[in-house]
Amino acid sequence: MLYNEPSPLEVKILTRRFGLENSQSLDTYLATDGFAGFRKALDMTPDQVIDEVKASNLRGRGGAGFPAGMKWGFVPRDSPKPKYIVVNADEGEPGTCKDRVLMENDPHQLIEGMLIAARAVGAQAGYIYIRGEYRYIIDIMDRAIAEEYERGYLGRNILGSGMDFDVYTHTGAGSYECGEESALLESLEGKRGQPRIRPPFPAVAGAFQCPTVLNNVETFCAVPAIFRDGAAAFADLGPPRNGGTRLFALSGHINKPGVYELPMGFNLLRMIQEVGGGIRGGGKLKAVIPGGSSCPVLRAEECDLSMDFDSVAKAGSMLGSGGVIVMDETTDMVKLAVRIMQFYQHESCGWCVPCREGTLWLEKVLTRVDNGGGRPSDINLIDELARNMLGRTFCPLGDAAAMPTISLVQKFRDEFEERLPKSVPAGDPRLVVVG
Amino acid sequence: MTFSTALEAKFEKLLNSYPPGRKRAALIPMLLFAQDEVGAITGEVVNEIAGRLEITPLQIDEVVTYYSMLHREPRGKHNIQVCTNVSCLLVGGAELLEHAERKLGIRRGESTADGQFSLEEVECMGACSWAPALQVNYDFHHFVSPEKLDRLIDGLRKAH
Repeated sequence: MLYNEPSPLEVKILTRRFGLENSQSLDTYLATDGFAGFRKALDMTPDQVIDEVKASNLRGRGGAGFPAGMKWGFVPRDSPKPKYIVVNADEGEPGTCKDRVLMENDPHQLIEGMLIAARAVGAQAGYIYIRGEYRYIIDIMDRAIAEEYERGYLGRNILGSGMDFDVYTHTGAGSYECGEESALLESLEGKRGQPRIRPPFPAVAGAFQCPTVLNNVETFCAVPAIFRDGAAAFADLGPPRNGGTRLFALSGHINKPGVYELPMGFNLLRMIQEVGGGIRGGGKLKAVIPGGSSCPVLRAEECDLSMDFDSVAKAGSMLGSGGVIVMDETTDMVKLAVRIMQFYQHESCGWCVPCREGTLWLEKVLTRVDNGGGRPSDINLIDELARNMLGRTFCPLGDAAAMPTISLVQKFRDEFEERLPKSVPAGDPRLVVVG
Repeated sequence: MTFSTALEAKFEKLLNSYPPGRKRAALIPMLLFAQDEVGAITGEVVNEIAGRLEITPLQIDEVVTYYSMLHREPRGKHNIQVCTNVSCLLVGGAELLEHAERKLGIRRGESTADGQFSLEEVECMGACSWAPALQVNYDFHHFVSPEKLDRLIDGLRKAH
């Protein structure tokens, strides 16, 4: 089902079957070039498959933007251990709702992507780790998987190729942290979602301590098109080193929020104006979080920007998971900072002290400032606490909490200062202690 | 303890989904599916699943206390989960939650006396582009206004 009207500016590669009648069915999939990519991959050697993904400039869509072909290439194919394909469908980054529609509208595309990855690394089983809240998506994927077994696209000797591959769905049960790949793998084994110390990386010791390709839903969904249309065609859709399209989830103060597939490198202001229909009520743009809530905020004047991994990084933020959160001039940046920190505090797994304590302290101090009880030293304290978390945790959740906070204080410091009680003398050293 | 035939079939499928010697991997799906049927992760559920997976009840406790969706106490028949995370917050998610509290006469984290409704404030549920959003049990509701929420709750009340 589609929850928003498509935009005429979309370039529909991964979403090409969205809106077709019975787009979830294998018949529809096959009638629209389904498995054309996998058939091509079957005629290639594993090295050729990996080289094709490398040539496509496909980068991880979960948030980090790591080149997918390189990640696949790290899997030791000569290892005697079984190899696994794991799909991260634990979509939880605030502002992000693209994997849900990809699985809902075209489940077979995801499975075909897994099959091609399996062909590349010699995997015989794959798991789709779906967040617990997406129960109906589990049912959709289970039906698609069953259909493929019946028709010989999964199971033994797939399409007479001699290749065997099984796919299973697996549900999470409510944890943002399990979207982090090593925590996801712990959760897949029936444990608390605490991250693993790396190295070894999942490519070497992933699912059940075996070599594993682990990518986001959107990453796998891009793979069939790369093989169907060729790596060059995919790469050419975006700027250098940023191949393909991206499903951008537009949310916040815009007239037409929705999930839209646009070429990598699409201009952010144009995205807001022409795809999202501009700011609601004719208001003025104040700020954008360009890739989900863990990305540093951009001021309006910073938004004339090419939405690709490298350009957004150069602008001091991240393309992340493609969750574009648009804010108009009515937005209270202090309240926003509080809500973001409440989230990370709630989701911190508690393993690393800087994250467990840092998010809690930050939540308390930010709340105090928001409630008008802040101390003059609080704004620097917020910045210092956040900076002390950066790079000091085993997984990126600490950074994810710190980065938006640092940027909000830096770029909207006046709003934090205005919230301080006027009667307290500035810079009184006795007021530094945190209660 | 006994489960429904449908749930037993799900369990059997799960136990065949993981490599040999790795049946603990089925734990989280089993707990969530069992909770859906029983209403909560009761001591009885813990002991039953611990026995089947050959792990200790403590290993299950560790997991239950970690995951937000797993709970020891039953929720209402209709568990209303309102998202107030960033995308929803920007378009009225927090006000929607307050409205739900007034409408149901309970606070977030509570259940109505008749056990029909419970209310939760939840984190991002993956409906950001169609915010404000909420889930009633597993069903998504998008672009929810206070009026739409009233109609939804009234409709659920009438259905009894």
